[in-house]
Amino acid sequence: MKYVDGFRDPDAARFLRRRIEAAAGRLAQAGRTVRLMEVCGTHTMAIARHGLRHFLPGNVSLCSGPGCPVCVTDAGYIDAALELARRGVTVATFGDLVRVPGSAGTLAEARAQGARVVVCYSPAEALALAREPDAAEVVFLAVGFETTVAPLAALLRSAVAAGATRFSMLAALKTVPRALAALAEDPEVGVNGFLCPAHVSAVIGAVAYEPLVERYRIPCTIAGFEPLDILFGLVDLLEQLADGRACVVNQYARVVRREGNRRAQAAIAEMFEPVDAAWRGLGVIPGSGLAIRERFGAFDAERRHGVAVRSGRPAPGCRCGDVLKGKILPHACPMFGGACTPEHPVGPCMVSSEGSCAAHYKYAR
Amino acid sequence: MCLAVPMKIVSVGSDGTGVAEVSGARHEVRLELVEDAAVGDYVIVHAGYAIEKLDRAEAEERLALFAEMARRERDGSG
Repeated sequence: MKYVDGFRDPDAARFLRRRIEAAAGRLAQAGRTVRLMEVCGTHTMAIARHGLRHFLPGNVSLCSGPGCPVCVTDAGYIDAALELARRGVTVATFGDLVRVPGSAGTLAEARAQGARVVVCYSPAEALALAREPDAAEVVFLAVGFETTVAPLAALLRSAVAAGATRFSMLAALKTVPRALAALAEDPEVGVNGFLCPAHVSAVIGAVAYEPLVERYRIPCTIAGFEPLDILFGLVDLLEQLADGRACVVNQYARVVRREGNRRAQAAIAEMFEPVDAAWRGLGVIPGSGLAIRERFGAFDAERRHGVAVRSGRPAPGCRCGDVLKGKILPHACPMFGGACTPEHPVGPCMVSSEGSCAAHYKYAR
Repeated sequence: MCLAVPMKIVSVGSDGTGVAEVSGARHEVRLELVEDAAVGDYVIVHAGYAIEKLDRAEAEERLALFAEMARRERDGSG
């Protein structure tokens, strides 16, 4: 048996389904309906792909959260990237971002018109590009949560150490716990439990969710990305709610340590500092972003190239904001599957493969 | 975007880089974010960087737990 099969065994899934039903039954007896949120886009994709929503009884709903970094990136950020591309800078980016609409157009369209837009798997490729002889200025579009922030911190440290002169980053980096606190505080969202991300948690540790549990009495369970990991995470959240408990539970101990990855945390703290950040759909959340520290200003594309990231205009009628807050499921948006499809996306949630709308379109229509 | 893949380290260089293998394919990975990465360790790789080690004992324990659930389901002794 392959390693991964053990995390997908259908009999174990049926066993977990019965535990879900038992816990949900206890909640139903108490007259309770509960709403859980999977925070992370990779969970969203796995849940849609494996049809895990069908495992949930009627009094339990599972909504998607703001955990797709591309999806929560403000349209104004894309506008700034387009401005850099227009000035002849080589814009290097993860692939997901090139089709996200800014206020007017996408990076893919700019590339078709001759702009230099390069897709990288690893940001290290962008630095290598900038260090080639006669290279043009390279700006890496630094978008991501803690999972991605850690590699970017290491890369920035390498760039500083190497004295790279034509490399900078346009940072739109975000941290997850602050966004969860904002969601927990929003009565319109009404979430009763968070299924916490797997690899963000590998960096920040289970400890990062403890303030949320203390302050809002909301259960937080960290789960891996395999189907049984997710189902077990949901069992855990429902049992906590049925028992009237609220704790941080780490169901992904094969990767996540309570304290997280200290080395990664140290690299992040060395290179970046907390700032207020604008999240598409959620607005500005104080202290939820990371900017390049001032002493590394030569590597900060905003300072280096004198561009500013301003608030952008989302497409009229696009309800990505409500999807990202878990207020609606994608098919409740009037444009879903009609005016907005993965081939012709209007909003970012339809662009990224792990955006809620793209995942629902592909697997759950 | 936070999808990251477990890979097995097959060699470690002196400059913070190494080579790791998944499904028979070898990839250069940067190892500076994990402590004491050694040949034979499994690491979780994201964007070309190992972001954490995989704890094999924990993984095996979890697989055993899921196998036990499956067995109980088949035996009807849930």
